[in-house]
Amino acid sequence: MWLFDKDLWIEIFHTLGKNMLRTFLTMLGVIFAMIILVLLLGSANGMSNGFNKLFAGTASNSLFVWGQSTSEPYKGFERGRRIRYKLEDADILKKQIPEIEVLAPRIELGNHRGVVTVYRNGQTSGSAVYGDFPEIDNITKKKLVEGRFLNQTDIEGSKKVCVIGEETYKLLFDKGEKAIGEDIRINGIYFSVVGIYKPNNNINIDGENAVFIPFTTFQKAFNSGDRMGWMAIAVEERTPVPVVEKQIKDILKLKYDIHPDDERAIGSFDLSEIFNNITAFTTVLKGFSFFVGIFTLLAGVIAISNILLITVKERTQEIGVRRALGATPKIVKRQIVLEAIVLTAFAGLVGFAIAVGILSILDAMFGSGDDFPFVKPMISVSQFIVSFVLMVGLSVLIGLLPANRAVRIKPIDALREE
Amino acid sequence: MIEIKDLHKSYKMGSNSLHVLKGINFKVEEGELVAIMGSSGSGKSTLLNILGMLDGADSGEYTLDGVPIKNLSETKAAQYRNKFLGFIFQSFNLINYKSALENVALPLYYQKVPRKERQEKAMKYLERVGLKPWADHLPSELSGGQKQRVAIARAMAAEPKVLLADEPTGALDSTTSYEVMDLIQKINDDGNTILVVTHEEDIAHMCKRIVHLKDGVIVEDKKVEQVRAEQYV
Ligand SMILES: Nc1ncnc2c1ncn2[C@@H]1O[C@H](COP(=O)(O)OP(=O)(O)OP(=O)(O)O)[C@@H](O)[C@H]1O
Ligand SMILES: [Mg+2]
Repeated sequence: MWLFDKDLWIEIFHTLGKNMLRTFLTMLGVIFAMIILVLLLGSANGMSNGFNKLFAGTASNSLFVWGQSTSEPYKGFERGRRIRYKLEDADILKKQIPEIEVLAPRIELGNHRGVVTVYRNGQTSGSAVYGDFPEIDNITKKKLVEGRFLNQTDIEGSKKVCVIGEETYKLLFDKGEKAIGEDIRINGIYFSVVGIYKPNNNINIDGENAVFIPFTTFQKAFNSGDRMGWMAIAVEERTPVPVVEKQIKDILKLKYDIHPDDERAIGSFDLSEIFNNITAFTTVLKGFSFFVGIFTLLAGVIAISNILLITVKERTQEIGVRRALGATPKIVKRQIVLEAIVLTAFAGLVGFAIAVGILSILDAMFGSGDDFPFVKPMISVSQFIVSFVLMVGLSVLIGLLPANRAVRIKPIDALREE
Repeated sequence: MIEIKDLHKSYKMGSNSLHVLKGINFKVEEGELVAIMGSSGSGKSTLLNILGMLDGADSGEYTLDGVPIKNLSETKAAQYRNKFLGFIFQSFNLINYKSALENVALPLYYQKVPRKERQEKAMKYLERVGLKPWADHLPSELSGGQKQRVAIARAMAAEPKVLLADEPTGALDSTTSYEVMDLIQKINDDGNTILVVTHEEDIAHMCKRIVHLKDGVIVEDKKVEQVRAEQYV
């Protein structure tokens, strides 16, 4: 098999090596093209990773459902009836819709998005107060600056503990003051602080000024009975959120005698939509980078072909001699195509190495920053393989051009040329 | 060794056609050293190129070592050239980025001779033309005579049946020319068949037979007493 013919490779490297300057100039185009391709792709990946990091801890395939007021009269009920869920709804939904992975019921003090005065040592804050299950942490993860989040023991023991937001902490405590273990008062009931969380700088559903207490504690402390304010629901990965959203609404509408066409009675928010938009954005970005990069690469490979064409002209006499000495057209063609491949592949690798170096520097500069979505800008192995195979494939096609030119001249004409 | 019958060749240039070879008949036996002479434009190079399968004839027969040469594909021609023929050109035609040794080894590469054997053989022929110490030199570092000797070594390396030399001394001064002819004579002494195109009477008389071309036909074909070149170098 000629591919493993050592002499052939020696001959090729010899020819390229003996014409260093020409070889180098030929490669420049592809080197730059590869740098551009890898930088573009790497940056797109870096952005994608950056967004992923930003939204880490938020279940992307999830939605929130809460009750509003009806907008249609139905079954003898007037319009404007307030829909209030019961805790049992959570179990009903979970049982009937197997696609639901996590369902975290929540109840809040006051009206929806309401604000309650929280006291502590004479300081006050107007905060949202939520009764929650620990499962909520699987949907919107709290970044804790101190302490812990609510746990199962808190639920089972209806412990009077709370997790507060950083904003709430600032309002209720002095700067640097220890908060863990301290009590705060809500509606005359004391809760011990077990954790402080920092707002996510991505999707901020709960706000920064909020107090979380165990659901069970909430029920007892504020006499909420079996009421449930809203639900955070994580849906199994492969099922689109709107499908489950519709099922949920249908079940709830039936249960609460809501007109099937009433769009207002049940409030919901599909979190996956945002993620889909971001994913679409980064996908387009990646696709665009790839597109631009491949065309740059094509230009680079064409440049190689062009220079090979010129050198084939320069080498007419040499090729004539080789053919007089017994090089068949196939051998001549193969050598020129292989020269094109070797040049392209080597230039590609050099460009790749340079680009990876630049990306590493960029990563070191921006990668750890929190505010700029740019993390681990690097191209994936598959992207590398695809671009490399594409590049070498192109170089074969494009190397055929000068190769055919080289054998089109009759050896006698090639020799006569001086 | 070589036999041609009624060989015709014309070049087409636009609507005109230039009839260069107008029926050449000629035969060369193994071990001959033939000079081909004639005025400029008489078709010497054309004839030699056809013999060398670098160009095709329009009509006529050509047999080389019993093999009829007709309608060759470029691939077949290349293989035959490699196997049967060695070329020596007026302008040497060495590959300028390859050392003397690599130049000599090139036809062996196309013969698929293994690398080590190739190097050894090439070195042997370089030694024969007295250029062993110059093996690693590039053509640009050699004199005209040395270049032609490298070219001769290269033509010899593949051990062809026939050596074709188109004005091998055309670019050399007389002393160097005699050195080259001396070499050619010695190669011929070993039994190689050689055809030399030349303009110069003295060079022609260093061969054993002189063929005169005029207006595309052979006008004279005579055996001569060989003048040894050795005495002049
Ligand atoms: N490729 C070609 N196309 C057109 N005409 C050609 C071609 N090659 C040779 N000729 C013409 O054919 C004729 C013979 O050329 P050839 O090279 O055989 O002459 P020659 O005897 O070798 O001459 P010289 O002694 O000058 O080398 C010349 O008139 C030349 O112009
Ligand atoms: Mg001539």
